[in-house]
Amino acid sequence: MSQPDASAVLTLKDVEKTFGPVVALKRMSLTVRPGRVHTLLGENGAGKSTLMKILAGVHAPSAGTITLEGRPFVPLSPQDAAARGLAIVFQELSLCNNLTVAENILATREPAVAGFISDRKLIARARQLVEELGLPVSVTARVADLSIAQRQLVEIAKGLSHDAKVVIFDEPTSSLSDSEAEILFRIIGRLKAQGKAVIYISHRMEEIMRLSDDITVIRDGEYITTVEARETTIDHLIALMVGRRMDEIYPPRIGDGPKLHVAPVLAVKGLTRMGDFEDVSFDLHAGEILGVFGLVGSGRSEVMNALFGMRRASGEIRLDGKPATIGSATEAIRHGIGFVTENRKEQGLVLSHALRPNISMAALPRFSAKGFLKPRDECAEARAEVARLAIRTNSIETITGTLSGGNQQKVVLAKWLATHPRVLILDEPTRGVDVGAKFEIYRIIRQLAAEGTAILMVSSELPEVLGLSDRVMVMSEGQVKTITPREELTPERVMSFATGGQK
Amino acid sequence: MNQTPATTSRPTLDRSARQDLFRSMLRQYGGILLALLVLCIFFSVANPRFMSVANFMNVFQQVAVIAIAAFGMTWVILLGEIDLSVGSIIAVAGMVGAQMFALGWGFAPALLVTLLTGAVMGLVNGMLTAKLLLPSFIVTVATMSIYRGMVSLPTNGAPAMITDPTWTAIGANAFLGLPIIIWIVVALFLVNHIALSRTTFGRKTYLTGGNREAALYSGIKVDRMKIVIFMISGLMAAISGILLSSRLYSAQTNAGMSYELDAIAAAVLGGTSLAGGVGTMVGTLIGALIIGALNNGMNMMSVPYFYQLIVKGLVIIVAVWLDVRSKRKNA
Repeated sequence: MSQPDASAVLTLKDVEKTFGPVVALKRMSLTVRPGRVHTLLGENGAGKSTLMKILAGVHAPSAGTITLEGRPFVPLSPQDAAARGLAIVFQELSLCNNLTVAENILATREPAVAGFISDRKLIARARQLVEELGLPVSVTARVADLSIAQRQLVEIAKGLSHDAKVVIFDEPTSSLSDSEAEILFRIIGRLKAQGKAVIYISHRMEEIMRLSDDITVIRDGEYITTVEARETTIDHLIALMVGRRMDEIYPPRIGDGPKLHVAPVLAVKGLTRMGDFEDVSFDLHAGEILGVFGLVGSGRSEVMNALFGMRRASGEIRLDGKPATIGSATEAIRHGIGFVTENRKEQGLVLSHALRPNISMAALPRFSAKGFLKPRDECAEARAEVARLAIRTNSIETITGTLSGGNQQKVVLAKWLATHPRVLILDEPTRGVDVGAKFEIYRIIRQLAAEGTAILMVSSELPEVLGLSDRVMVMSEGQVKTITPREELTPERVMSFATGGQK
Repeated sequence: MNQTPATTSRPTLDRSARQDLFRSMLRQYGGILLALLVLCIFFSVANPRFMSVANFMNVFQQVAVIAIAAFGMTWVILLGEIDLSVGSIIAVAGMVGAQMFALGWGFAPALLVTLLTGAVMGLVNGMLTAKLLLPSFIVTVATMSIYRGMVSLPTNGAPAMITDPTWTAIGANAFLGLPIIIWIVVALFLVNHIALSRTTFGRKTYLTGGNREAALYSGIKVDRMKIVIFMISGLMAAISGILLSSRLYSAQTNAGMSYELDAIAAAVLGGTSLAGGVGTMVGTLIGALIIGALNNGMNMMSVPYFYQLIVKGLVIIVAVWLDVRSKRKNA
């Protein structure tokens, strides 16, 4: 690592970053070569974001040197970094929702004629870029009308609109379905072939193993090691990353598992919403984890929203055998349904508020009498949930937005656990969450099932669905393709159902 | 797997929570209280009579109309909305009261009808915002104009005298040594403060203002919150209107003109975020006092009205800037 490497395009040597007394990054060294994918692996809070911000010119390093193509690299801003040949595709969506795809892709660099933006040129240039990348997105569409996954693809196009030598992907697949991720992997392959260096950040071990040439592990702000992907295993990497051994990724079922012969808690029959999904029927038993798998656009999230009263749908829903009408979230909650939504920032949390009101917000009737809050009960519950879910926070009065993604996700879980749900819907429960928190969330899900909660878990991570579910329901194009016990499924079978290849 | 270090949760939660509360109080109101203090010192130096009990009573009475409207406004802003029709509702309330008396009604029914009018005007604002999904800024700009026009309907623009002894006593008399108006402000402050900080309704207001969609997914009936809160704002404005007409012994068609701006300024000075979700009634009360002290102090210094407007605007900018800056530092 120490001697300069002639083949390297980007080199970091002993880079450090301190914020007052806090050391965010120490002795960070990295050698990135052209035509290779270099993955940065570490739990949230390991220092990846700090490193990204240094490379993007958001922070200046406290010590150490960075060279890009042999010259010192000290960017002043993300725009400056991009201009010097280092492009970053951000994890957090940084798009303006009320502008078009083209306007976003070429933001701040719009082609202008006499000071006025030329729409025609703008669209032409953006279209060329999108077609080069093979993205299934219209450049004249407003970003607000796109799905989250499509927005992510636009974000990628935006990052690649500069002629970059080094491209950094910060968790690009966290909101993509597998088929959309494939598009991204093709793009990365193409970048590699063009001799560009790719820095890749992700939590998904399978794709890391598949994509990477080199993998650098960082932990607690410190450089641990760099290994070649060919010469390592997932278990080894996880052990390096968390600093302890992970014997298995998915915790085993606790107890005997669900009693499938007794009457179901939730019975759905012929649930239909024209254009979204059609004739969806399934049973869900106490203590059961029913995994729901489907590609983006398969209608799975729409079904969950309908079950929670957020969308109108026809058909029959029975809870404990009794027909139930669920016309609003209020009614759903009253029926004992909880819903960990796909998008915690938008639908899950009030980030500007403390943990306590976030945890109690869906169960206010439990923490009040005659309209007056019972602060003691509320605090006790918030504290209990923080302890139970091992949420890493100084206090229940900490502002939720300051927590890491994994801990925020646990706050969303805490909010629904506080309602004591009989049926808990989890939509992408581990999206954008680091590996450590992921395992903890899996353990919580297992625990809840063992306590008798009926769990409906939507996920686009196939290993997660297969690793946790008792039965799996696969959806495609708004229809249920199969509901099959886990034991009878292989990843290949699930995928063929999901892509509509099997009847 | 079994030994995740964080399960040993911090033992000091309770003690530090209390300290945090005090510190956050200081952080929240420190700047604005300082601003109030500086103003008071400045005006006392300029005119020693400013610091007298009699004058304080005076400030309080003058500030009552704005403070009460600002309480209503605080609810609305907390929800992330705005109500610009407040000044017009103040005028309508006075006129409705005057017309009830002209019809020979007694105090109690006149009062009831006036309050109801305010609430209904708020209901209209709320319904248009929540059900037609129009931005509240646009809705209340429109109703500001409509309600202002309606004030003149009964009298063709002429003021209406109010001679009812009870109605006029509100603005003129005292109870236990304190002007009745002050009792009313204090009572309304307490009601609003407790409702905001202690009830589920208050909590839901914060949550909805903080993240509307998350509130919706948590079973909070966001539309109903909007409608009820605009009704509260209308009701508070009507009470302001009653106090104003009682002090003036008449209903003026231009009463309460641009008071909505003072009410907004009071709430914002008090730390209420126009983005919603952040703010308190305590802050709003202090904000209203600053505006009252400014008005009163400059009147005592015989500052011409147009200079007063300029100074008031500047003070608002400086105070909010200081506030924002100190919060950013602390964050």
